[in-house]
Amino acid sequence: MNPQNKTHSELAKKFNRDVERVNWHDKTLWFVREKRDKSAHQLAEWEQLREAASQIKNNVLSNLHNYLIEFEKNALNHGIHVHWASTAQEHNEIVHSIIKNHGVNNMVKSKSMLTEECGLNEYLHQQGINVVDTDLGERIVQLANEPPSHIVLPCIHWKKEEIGELFHQHLGTPKGNADPQFLTAAARKHLREHFLTSRVALTGVNFSVAETGEIIVCTNEGNADLGVQLADVHIACMGIEKIIPKRKHLSVFLRLLARSATGQPITTYSSHFQKPREGQEMHIVLVDNGRSERLASDDFRNALKCIRCGACFNTCPVYRRSGGHSYHTAVAGPIGSILAPGFDMAKNADLPFASTLCGSCTNVCPVKIDIHDQLYKWRQVLVKNGHTTASKKTGMNVMSLVLSLPMVYRFSGTVGRWIIRTLPFIVNNKFNPWYKQREMPKASTQSFRSWYLNQRKHGQ
Amino acid sequence: MNIGLFIPCYIDQLYPQVGIATLQVLERLGLSVTYPTNQTCCGQPMANSGFEHLTQGTSHNFVTNFSEFDYIVCPSGSCTLHIKDHLQDDGYPDKALDIRKKTFELTEFLTDVIGVKKLHAHFPHKVGLHQSCHGLRGLGLAQMSELMAPPFSKPESLLTMVTGLELIELERKDECCGFGGTFCVFEEAVSVKMGQDRIADHSNHGAEYITGVDMSCLMHLEGILRRQKSKVKVIHIAEILNSVTG
Repeated sequence: MNPQNKTHSELAKKFNRDVERVNWHDKTLWFVREKRDKSAHQLAEWEQLREAASQIKNNVLSNLHNYLIEFEKNALNHGIHVHWASTAQEHNEIVHSIIKNHGVNNMVKSKSMLTEECGLNEYLHQQGINVVDTDLGERIVQLANEPPSHIVLPCIHWKKEEIGELFHQHLGTPKGNADPQFLTAAARKHLREHFLTSRVALTGVNFSVAETGEIIVCTNEGNADLGVQLADVHIACMGIEKIIPKRKHLSVFLRLLARSATGQPITTYSSHFQKPREGQEMHIVLVDNGRSERLASDDFRNALKCIRCGACFNTCPVYRRSGGHSYHTAVAGPIGSILAPGFDMAKNADLPFASTLCGSCTNVCPVKIDIHDQLYKWRQVLVKNGHTTASKKTGMNVMSLVLSLPMVYRFSGTVGRWIIRTLPFIVNNKFNPWYKQREMPKASTQSFRSWYLNQRKHGQ
Repeated sequence: MNIGLFIPCYIDQLYPQVGIATLQVLERLGLSVTYPTNQTCCGQPMANSGFEHLTQGTSHNFVTNFSEFDYIVCPSGSCTLHIKDHLQDDGYPDKALDIRKKTFELTEFLTDVIGVKKLHAHFPHKVGLHQSCHGLRGLGLAQMSELMAPPFSKPESLLTMVTGLELIELERKDECCGFGGTFCVFEEAVSVKMGQDRIADHSNHGAEYITGVDMSCLMHLEGILRRQKSKVKVIHIAEILNSVTG
């Protein structure tokens, strides 16, 4: 995903070389944010809904064990096979063994960020199994051999002309045709063949209900339904935090999810799967992959409330101007930046710093995750664990020393201002990242303090 | 009422006129204001960079300078928020907590504590208000565009008391400018792009001045404006409130 091991800042710099594309990316996502605002404004009870969702999720996190057991019991009663995976590797192995048992080497997939997190496609590919992502955006990035750049809008970084070219290469559409309707029809035809021939269909899970043992998948294209209804085997993969206590709680989340994600009142399909149809086999894989560990952390457990709506992506001024791939992780954006260090601190130490801590993410979050506060807390944890550079560490130590001693601070300030005024080339050069595209502040001859002392001395 | 004036380090060193304006606005209201002369910095640059553990020295110095006041007033939303959220002094934990409660950003102090209803300021220009994020979302100085609630704005209500001033509308009324402390150098490309976009919103709507409650955001915008050789200027809100005629 990030073969060059580049940081967010380096990848964002690359993204910013094409100003027109940055402007387009920013405006497209801002448009989605505005749609979210409009649809949220139509509900007088919006803030109460957020509070209710947040509290339901808090309850879930505090009683996760019991809800999972209840869910498993109910699912088993309905003839569903339930699997528990403690790691991504285990999850991939379980899915593979189910496919192998049926002696097939093709699978259609819909609506699962969890399988991205676990690297399932890659794993199955190595085992000789061909996975076809059936959601249009997912299929586009799959054809391009790229990860999604957004959890709800996976190919939001692609322009329609580029998709036309991609389809021309892979699906044989006429060169130069970039009409969205035409391209969608071509993808539909191409995917139909896979739907009709795949005996195994995998879906993600948006919500699972402990009380009933059912899972709910929310989609706009209906591919999850089509895949599942045509296949002999349905595998549903879910992170253990997706559970909610009762079916009545679902209404709160369904009202929030699509409004937060795209500004729609609800997704086109909210499909409930409670038992396999006759002759069908249904599996649910419950995945931990670090979630229990997160649950044990007071500072970061809250992130498990996430319902993957992507609202924090759309509002994030940094995400909009750096693109999803600069986050070099399955889940990008602000929520990705607080989830990724939990998986691997060394690899993702840059992500909590890819933010101005503006706080807009926290405000749009439908389940009230304190995203920007967690970004701040991750910064402290990362530095304490040594995931910082030697130069930054030295700089901060010097800064701390200077600012702790009033006389040293004043002396340094006077010298600094004198340098800016009289020897500007010391700061106005290519080694100063501030100066690259910004002028340095004009340095005044006196500080506020010296003005103040002077005033007071003269009794003013 | 004994007020301690908290002037952030970069204002002290680079923008003394903002400190002067703040002091004069408060004194004109008949308030007794003292500037403790051994103050330095609140510690935010270290803390936001992940080095909160290196802020003991600055925190202790802050407590030593400010614990005796009834109120502490600061012309920066960001520095005020840092004190309110993070000030800790192992030697004097109670004093630190007490300071957290009595520290106010200038416009919230004027609005909530003093209840200013009238100002004798005149500033005949088109002005765009930049809502600095820490003041807005951290201190709640105004209604935030993400939340569904009735509108209000403490800085705006003060600006409407200034005669001659025309407040312009913006397309994105509270988007971040991209300063973000050390973010501005470690994520230089995105930081500058965010700043350029913010400036474009203001200049497209005819702003002659961009104002705000945080000089750090304005310093970043000013750096870009000067590089662009733009005619648009930045001005701290205290300077506008202090534009007294006659």
